Formats: sequence, C-alpha cells, structure tokens
Amino acid sequence: MTDGSLGRVVGGSLSEGLTVKLDKHASIEDMAVGRYTVIQGSGKKFFGMVTDVTLESLDARLSTFPPDPLDPFIAEVLSGTALYGGLKVSPMLTIGAAEVSGPEPVRTIPGHFSRVREASEEDMSQVFGNEDERHFHVGNPLDMETKVCLDLEEYAKRSNGVFGKSGTGKTFLTRLLLAGSIQKGTAVNLIFDMHNEYGWEGRSEERYKVKGLKQLFPSKVAVFTLDPDSSRRRNVSTDYTVRMGYEEIEPEDISLLRETLNLSQAASDAAYMLEREFGKGNWLERFLNYGEGLAELADRINVNPAALAALQRRLEILRRMDFLSTGGGRDAVKQIIDHLARGMSVVLEFGKYENNLAAYILVANLLTRRIHDQYVRKAEAALGEGGAEPERLMITIEEAHKFLGPGLSGQTTFGTIAREMRKVNVTLLVIDQRPSGIDEEVMSQIGTKICCLLDNERDVDRVLSGVSGARQLKTVLAGLDSNRQALIFGHSVPMPVVIQTREYGTPGFYKSMQGASATVVGVSGDGAGLSADDLWGAIE
Amino acid sequence: MAMVREPYQENIIPDSSLLRAKIADMNAGEERNGHRLADRVGEVVESDSTTFKSQCYRLHEAPDFGSLVVAYDGEVEVLGVVSEAGTSSIQQGRRALARGKDEESVESLYSNNPQIEKLMMTTFRAEIVGYRNGGPGGAEILQRLPGRPPKVHSFVYGCSAEERVAFGESLEFLNILARARGPAEDQLVGACLRQLSAAADDPREFLVRAGKALTMLCASEPQRVYALLEGIRP
Repeated sequence: MTDGSLGRVVGGSLSEGLTVKLDKHASIEDMAVGRYTVIQGSGKKFFGMVTDVTLESLDARLSTFPPDPLDPFIAEVLSGTALYGGLKVSPMLTIGAAEVSGPEPVRTIPGHFSRVREASEEDMSQVFGNEDERHFHVGNPLDMETKVCLDLEEYAKRSNGVFGKSGTGKTFLTRLLLAGSIQKGTAVNLIFDMHNEYGWEGRSEERYKVKGLKQLFPSKVAVFTLDPDSSRRRNVSTDYTVRMGYEEIEPEDISLLRETLNLSQAASDAAYMLEREFGKGNWLERFLNYGEGLAELADRINVNPAALAALQRRLEILRRMDFLSTGGGRDAVKQIIDHLARGMSVVLEFGKYENNLAAYILVANLLTRRIHDQYVRKAEAALGEGGAEPERLMITIEEAHKFLGPGLSGQTTFGTIAREMRKVNVTLLVIDQRPSGIDEEVMSQIGTKICCLLDNERDVDRVLSGVSGARQLKTVLAGLDSNRQALIFGHSVPMPVVIQTREYGTPGFYKSMQGASATVVGVSGDGAGLSADDLWGAIE
Repeated sequence: MAMVREPYQENIIPDSSLLRAKIADMNAGEERNGHRLADRVGEVVESDSTTFKSQCYRLHEAPDFGSLVVAYDGEVEVLGVVSEAGTSSIQQGRRALARGKDEESVESLYSNNPQIEKLMMTTFRAEIVGYRNGGPGGAEILQRLPGRPPKVHSFVYGCSAEERVAFGESLEFLNILARARGPAEDQLVGACLRQLSAAADDPREFLVRAGKALTMLCASEPQRVYALLEGIRP
C-alpha cells in the first residue's frame, strides 16, 4: 500500500455509506474502523471514514463449501477475486476543486469505481486545520501524526460534553480542553472539581504526577477550596476558602438532592412548605434545629409527619459539611464573579468532600444559580444600556446526570443553562459516565461531544441520538481503545473524528502551554527561580 | 488383404521419410516465415470461425492436447489450442483391420505393414484463441477471434517456449477457451494452462493468475470453479 490506495467504490448510498471493494494488494487486516479515506471523484474530493470492514464473496457457495482440505493454492486464487475484502465508508465532507472553499458537508457521493485511498497527512490537516489562535490541538487521528484541532471559538459558544466509562481518560481530556480554552482565552472557566484533579497536580493512570491548571496558568487560574485542610496537606496554594450559609439553600436544592439522599417525593416537597412556614432565608436552619413537636409542625403545614421526620433525619448530613454555617458567606459568589470578571478561571476543590455527592450537588447548584442570576442581570444590562457583555463562561460539572436527569433538568439552573444560556454567554462542560441518565432535551443541545469508550447500549444511543450516521458511528465508538482514544463530533470539528488524545503532562505539552502563560509554577510551589526544564525533571 | 493404392495416391500427404530428409537437409533451427521448420506439424484441412482442423504430417504425431499451435498462411497467424486429436482411415468408410495376430510387437507390426502410414491419417482440431496480423514479428497478438478463419493448407506449427510465454502474458483467451464447446472443456482449459505454465518463469505465479481469471469467469458456478482449480493446482 505504498500509495495508500485501498480500492474502488462499487456501490452504496449517501445515507448508508459507500461500499468499497478492497484492492487485491490491500490487506483486510490492515484496515481499521475509524480510519480516514479520501475518495477521488471526477470533480470533487470526498472525505470519508471507514465504518465497517466486511468479507464479501461473489457467490456464497464459494466460501461456504470449499474443497476439503483447502489447498493454499486455491485459497490464494480465491482471495481477491471471488472472495474479497470490503469497506463501508461513510462520506463526511467534500472538498471542491477550488481549495479556497474549504471542506463542506457532503450532499452527494462519488461515482462508481472512484479510487479510494488512505487519507494522507496533508488531507487531514486540510480538514482538521492547524493550530492557531482559535484552534487547539487535542490529539492525533489513529496511526497518524497530523494534529486534530478543535475550534475553541465554536466550542465555547455552546454547551459541550465529555463522556466515557470510568478510566477511559475523561479527566485527562477535560484537563486538556480546559487548558486549551484558558490558553486561547476563548472562555473563563468555573470548574466544580469534585475529585481535586484540575487545579493542582493530578495523577495519571500510570501514577505519575501531572500539573494542574493553576501550575500551568498561575495568572489566569484561581483555586478555591471547600476544605482548606485538605488543600494544605496536598500543598496546594489556594486563593480563597469558600464558605456558605444555610440561608442560601433553597427548597429547589433539596429536590435536587432527592435521589442522593434517598428522599421520597413527599419529603422533598415538604421543603417548599417549610420555606413558606418559616420564611425565605432561615427555614432550613430553623427546621434542622426543630426539636419537639415535629408532628404538630407537620400537621400545621399539611405534610405527612413521617416524611417530615425523614427529611429532618436525612438533612442531618448538612451539619457535617463544615463549609456550611449560619450567615456563612455571601462573599463566595462575589469572589467567584469578581475573579471571572477579571478573566480568571476558578477551580473549586472539594477536598475531603470528594466522595460526598450531596455536598457536590448542593454547592454546584447553589453557586451556579447565583452566578447565573448575576449573568442574566449583566446580560440584560448589556442589552439595555449597551454595556459590555459578560465574559463568556464555561461551567464544568462532573456526574452531570445528577443535575441534568430527565426529572431534574427542568428545575435546575444547569438545565436552564444547557438549554438557553448560550444567549447570555454561559455554557456547560458536562462530564459524565452515564450519559443515558441525562435528559434528552439537554443532550440535544450539546454542541460538541467528546466520547471515550462506552459500552452500555443505552449510553451509546443517548450520546449518538440525533447525529447523522449514528449507526455507523456506533461501530466506531464500540471499537475505541479503553484509554486515550475518543470520538469527537459536533460543532467544533468539521466531521466526526477518532483521536488518540494528546499527551498531557509531557515536557512538550507544558512548553506549548507556556507559550501563552508567562511562568509555570513548580510542583512544590517554589519554582519561581527554576527553569522550565528543571521543573519537568522534577516531575518525572 | 490387398492394398489398394489408387485413387488415393495423390491425396496422400508427402512421404514422411521425404519430409524428414528435407528437414535434415536444412538446419533444424532455420526459420522460415519466422517459424522453425522443425516445429511444423501439419496443414489446415478444414476451418470455421472458431476452430480449425489440421492433418498431421506424421501418423500419431499430433501436438499434445491443450498445446498452443499456430496456423500461418503468409498473412495472418491464427493461434489455436489443440482440443481434439484422432487417427482414422483416410477414406471414409474404410476401417483399420487387426493385423498383428502373428506379430511380436506393435513396432514390428508397423514395420511389416508400411502401407498403414499411407492409409491412415492423424488429425487434430484446435480452438481458435487469437490471431496476429502480419505474421511473426507483426502486430501484437490479439486474444480474440480473427476476422476470417485460417485458409485451408495453411501450415500449422507448434509454438516454442518463448511464444507460449508471450501468449500467456494475457489471459483474455480463457474467455474463449472456457466457453468452447466439447465434452472435455474443463480438461482442455487445465491442460492448456499447465502447458503454458511450464514455459513461464514462475509457474506457480502464472497458475495463480490464471486461477483468478477463471474464478472471475465462472464465479456463478462454484463447483466448476473448484473443478477447474483442481485441474491446474501445481
């Protein structure tokens, strides 16, 4: 396959993909689903992706009843003639004769016997672009050196998703995307960092340390924490300790916690009654401190006493959250907004609460609601008085199905953001391992999906719902490696692409990130006087 | 039984001993019209668009079944594959009679009955598989049927190894040969390919190539494909 020629188009359709008969010299074992091909039509060049590899025969009887024992001579004669390899190629883009026009979505297919060849490095870079101010290198196509670049400008305009089973590299991918958007300055980020992985050092699957965002972009990233002790133990230099008051918690937050705290519908609805009874602001604290006479209270507000008791019992968990206090801090939201307004991204570490889903949901929802309000106000002001539009904000949440599930997305701020907040410059970066748990309506609004290996049928279906050529992509998705491979599709790439994720945490990567940020802070926090190479040495 | 010499005398082919002497006179390697005289095996006695029938100069010395022969009339070379050969009386209705009751061997039978060579003839039929305008050294060989059948009395030559190699470069002739009428068509294809492969530089490579061509030709008849491949398996 010196010239990369694979075969010829022998049939197919735009919707079902093209059927390609492999040339005799092309070995079927060298083919791979997800590989790119260029089909040379008479006027246009078509860019396609291999979605299936097949064994064909001119007559089924030839392959079904071979003489026995099968002679190598006969096998050699039959292969490539009566029995041959085939490819299903899904055409994705056309590149016109005039190279200036760039790739366009495919609307027709090449004719019979058009030559199919492997896409060369030049073809790939023609389609996936080169790294520049708005394009960020996220990885390479399988078995190729070419860069696949994400259009971060496009990316920041809509909500996006990173999906994949646990251990497939979601965190590394997300860190990469965040680093990209911070470096290119396409959006400020608010990251609800449940497992303390993004701000400061994290660990790779191979257990070596990699730098966090704050280390890469000290002047553009602030680390906030809910648990200063944990941060101190991990040697993280934090910028702010987040405190919250009970009065900030609203009944809506409780209904979001319903599943996590195992509350009945009646119990979570009781929160609304309690708010009406005790008044906005201090209903929660008063309820938690309510000792005797809970039954009377239940009677008074017309709630099942058992449900009310259950609610009180389950909400005890809030008392164990040290960051919650009476009159805790109106300041946290202000601090975050101030940082964001200055163009600084904020990573909120959860410290010891990393496995406390209730804390995560509560804090993320609470902060996001308040920030959302501010943003709406700012955006309205910008519309009304012609002021500056608020900085484009991308909010990163993990375990997204806890916020965006079918029953919840209608109520939570996250649901609102996913559906419409594009207009006021707020978008989500949704990270999840069970995309089937995310509301379909939200899923359909996600602009760019980056999908690592998923093997649950429902997860796969949900991720691919509404995507053209979903059936073909499904085979591609199923064929992904379990680590460092991902399928990207949506607005910020011209066509779906399988990538080998760019290596995060290599000296080369840090160096390219450093191009944008002035200094890189060392792992130990005292790296001011060290050269970059010393730092990398220190890491490895 | 009395030998009847008339009136067949003039129809009888030139005395083989004379021919042998003639050939011996010439250098065996000498070429005439591009063909070695030594390769000359007979003369066309009957022809149609798809086959020609030749009579051999020597009894029982027909070219092998499946071998490539060429009939040349001085203008067009017509290539054929020997598909059928036989020996019979030169006169229809006359049959050979058993003569060897007291002979020690077949050889002695023949030497004691020299008339046999005069009264019997060997003929062979060839399926036309190609032609070349202008004769040897003329245009390239086209593996398709010629515009007109070879002339009667065209000389027929066996093909040399080089000619077989050159002919085997293209396998389009299999289109004609595999569709030839006859009870032994698959045998014919096998015999022909085996003979061509023997001349090829890499016989196995040649047979694989030929096998592939046959497979494509007969793909709708799997059993036939396997029978054909079995016939050419090295």
